[in-house]
Amino acid sequence: MSWPKIESIVESLSSGQTTATENVKVALSNIKKNSQYQTVISTLDKEALERAKLIDLDILNNKKVAKLAGVPFIAKDNFLVFGAPTTAASNILKGFHAPYQATAIDKLESEGAICVAKANMDAFAHGSSTENSDFFVTKNPYDLERVAGGSSGGSAASVALDIVPFSVGTDTGGSIRQPASFCNVVGFKPSYGMVSRSGVIAMGSSLDTIGTFSKNIADTRYVMSIISGRDPLDSTTLDDSFKIVNKHQKMTLSKIKIGIIKEYLADDLNPDVKKVILSAINKIKRMGLVVDEVSIPSIDLALSVYYVLCPAEVASNLSRYDGQRFGYSYLEASNLEDSYLKSRTIGFGDEAKTRIMIGSYVLSSGYYDAYYKKAQTVRTKLINDFNQVFKNYDFLIGPTVPDVAFKIGEKSSSKLEMYLNDIMTVAANLVGIPAISLPAGFVNNLPVGLQLMGQIGKDNQLLDFCQEIEENIC
Amino acid sequence: MNQENNYKLTIGIECHVQLKTKTKLFSGALNVDDQEIPNKDINHIDFGLPGALPVLNSNAIYLASRAAFALNSKPQRFSKFDRKHYFYPDLPMGYQITQYDQPIIIGGYVQFISNNKLVKINITRAHLEADAGKSIHPGNKDYSLVDLNRSGTPLLEIVSEPDIKSALQARQYAETLYLLMRYADVTNGNLYYGNMRFDVNISISRNKDLGQRVEIKNVNSFKSIERAINYEYKRQSKLLDTNQEVRQETRGWDDPKGCTYSLRSKENADDYRYMPDPDLPPILLDEAYIQDVKKSMPLMPDYWFYKLKDLGLDESIIYSLLEDGLDNDFKNLKFIVSLNKEEAKLITNYIVNIEIPLTHESNQKILNIEDRHKLYLSTYSLVSQNRINSTALKILIKDILMASSLPDIDSYIKSHNLAQNSNQDELLEVAINTIKNNPKVTKDILSGQDKAIQYLVGQVMKETKGQANPLIIQDIINQEIEKLKNVKN
Repeated sequence: MSWPKIESIVESLSSGQTTATENVKVALSNIKKNSQYQTVISTLDKEALERAKLIDLDILNNKKVAKLAGVPFIAKDNFLVFGAPTTAASNILKGFHAPYQATAIDKLESEGAICVAKANMDAFAHGSSTENSDFFVTKNPYDLERVAGGSSGGSAASVALDIVPFSVGTDTGGSIRQPASFCNVVGFKPSYGMVSRSGVIAMGSSLDTIGTFSKNIADTRYVMSIISGRDPLDSTTLDDSFKIVNKHQKMTLSKIKIGIIKEYLADDLNPDVKKVILSAINKIKRMGLVVDEVSIPSIDLALSVYYVLCPAEVASNLSRYDGQRFGYSYLEASNLEDSYLKSRTIGFGDEAKTRIMIGSYVLSSGYYDAYYKKAQTVRTKLINDFNQVFKNYDFLIGPTVPDVAFKIGEKSSSKLEMYLNDIMTVAANLVGIPAISLPAGFVNNLPVGLQLMGQIGKDNQLLDFCQEIEENIC
Repeated sequence: MNQENNYKLTIGIECHVQLKTKTKLFSGALNVDDQEIPNKDINHIDFGLPGALPVLNSNAIYLASRAAFALNSKPQRFSKFDRKHYFYPDLPMGYQITQYDQPIIIGGYVQFISNNKLVKINITRAHLEADAGKSIHPGNKDYSLVDLNRSGTPLLEIVSEPDIKSALQARQYAETLYLLMRYADVTNGNLYYGNMRFDVNISISRNKDLGQRVEIKNVNSFKSIERAINYEYKRQSKLLDTNQEVRQETRGWDDPKGCTYSLRSKENADDYRYMPDPDLPPILLDEAYIQDVKKSMPLMPDYWFYKLKDLGLDESIIYSLLEDGLDNDFKNLKFIVSLNKEEAKLITNYIVNIEIPLTHESNQKILNIEDRHKLYLSTYSLVSQNRINSTALKILIKDILMASSLPDIDSYIKSHNLAQNSNQDELLEVAINTIKNNPKVTKDILSGQDKAIQYLVGQVMKETKGQANPLIIQDIINQEIEKLKNVKN
């Protein structure tokens, strides 16, 4: 079966056509059926069925049906969730059971949603293909030989394979949008601070955002309206006045101005992907709004800035994994320093080590000004440039990724080639603006994603516009 | 020739003040300093669990702002938090959250009187930071233990300029800082629990240039600051006298042994890889907030010091009164500055020598402060009218301070036989005779059996048919016994 829209799932539940238990059983059997794609690291069979039973009992007793009652979902394995290990796909956290839960998971559960599994990812979200998972690689739903993208590859593939109606992931440099593009689903990265980061394993704290994968904008909006909002446990969350609302505001399309990011259509874009993107943009144009090409010169520096700032924050955030309190610990250590060295050397994978080394380097005395500080300055310049463009344009548009999903192993020999996959997604994280990848078409039966960006805090407008696009051209 | 005096001493002090917030700097766990159960007052933030985020305690900002005014400065409109990285088991996140280049307080000064001169010590900066936990290394064991109760406790680190010129000044600086922080009501100031911990930077040199800097870590009492500096001065002088080098290092202070010892060499500066903390937005204070804090500040010790000095009081008395002010919401100070010089001299004597010791006795109830002040004023008139002698007055004050309410003084004097006795000479004669007539008892007293005095007091009471107050009799006998002792010696 294919999952209907989330609101319909909840309706079927309240009208007695189906039960939460039935939904959970379907989701769990979907996971088994699709095991060849290796989308999940662990399942919560027992806990999920127990929760479903309670929800079914509530409905039998005519209690108010919560907004996500009995809706199964999958969380990326960097969300702390009760009832399953939280590993962030890393050996150093293998077997770690969270003693507290992520705010986003709390909010979903309090509306009756049921987490059935933890999705595979690149360890600590470092990567664009899940090939950096310390456990296994998630396969692309459209081609088993290709990657599903990353780092939220497991979450994206789970929705593409219709295992669950929605999943949650994290996006630090494109980790939601890129796999969404590779897997032909809607992947939404909200404004920085829209969803609490509390209880989500940090990668780059000034860039990390929490978002969703789903089949359509209505579902994106529905779930986002539940998880967004101010959280006293995360001081970087936005005020509730920016909260995403589950209500589509009709737009006067003729008043909307769209900017195509010129730099994203340059030579490194696969010409076939370019065709799909331009054709999608043409359809949008025909909706009767203004579409211009715009240039943001500093956007070319975004990737370099990202790969200085993000590793700095990564190196800092990974300091706590030291083998002393939780996770993997080298127990035969001869002394404290030996324990630190061996626990981290054995516990971390190569990509984490690479980023720790880059990050420590750019923060070390004598190099701080040349790298970290300079990158911060360029980040500010990038923010200013985007603000400038948003004075004249409501939304920016372009491809999500320069290419379609690549073959497993194809890019593992060159880190740089792998990093180039993020070239069109990192800017939104550096600037903090909301961005989304929408299914736009195919190249040789492989999906292509169209990226749209909005102004910071104006996530509702971006979703309104995406809904117009969905209604008009899909 | 004694070369010691040839060296110029330069001292700077870093003081960690533990702020008296209810909860920790970045978590909701309680901030208490007498928790005996290890790892009790911690939560996922203090433990550095994956996904845990710090959330700033706004009360710490308020207290730091008060401290700013106490230091003759004001809080910065903009300041921010940074991460200072190093690995240690009692630092769960692998970094300490502190303020690196934009602290909440910049500039300010502390001043005090030293050897009759006003000394002004400039403050470089003061910043907020979260304390680390405690590592415990049990003897003869192959493991160490970590207690994170202290992890995340809010500290204000006050850094002085190297303006301090002697061990005495260093101690006085620390004592003044203590009073300032207590008056600003930002810390419990309990030195036993390490509420104020001092790191002392010291260098000596023969000429104007600064010598090699040595840091003495965690000196935890005023007296130890003075002792540690004196020790270090001697140690370094000896090295320089014999043309040896003073190593740049961090040393510890062994209080029982009274010496410093090497902790680690500082030749290779640690690289802490400071970075702005992305989890914490900058602290932005608006002018209205800053003004509100300023308005809420009490009068500071400097103000009272000069007021009391104008009344002709000794410095030792003044410092006792300044500390006492903290226990009674400055009511004694307000009362004293309303007196004239003569009154102040007498009354502060009673406060310092009778009232303050009484207030420090546990379980001792004491007359309410308004009645205390009434008592002091009426006793002052008794003395000025020569109606009572000093011994009787002390007895009267102590007794009434311990009473539940203020009695009528005149009738109290009568009923307790405390009036200036016109027959004082007669009483003295009876006492002298009693001593003479009881040589064995007197001998016992002289050999240290103080209790035997009570027998002589009883004899005098009998002789005078209970007309005299026993405590006055005891006072007279004591004086006579003292005379005998002096003769013997």
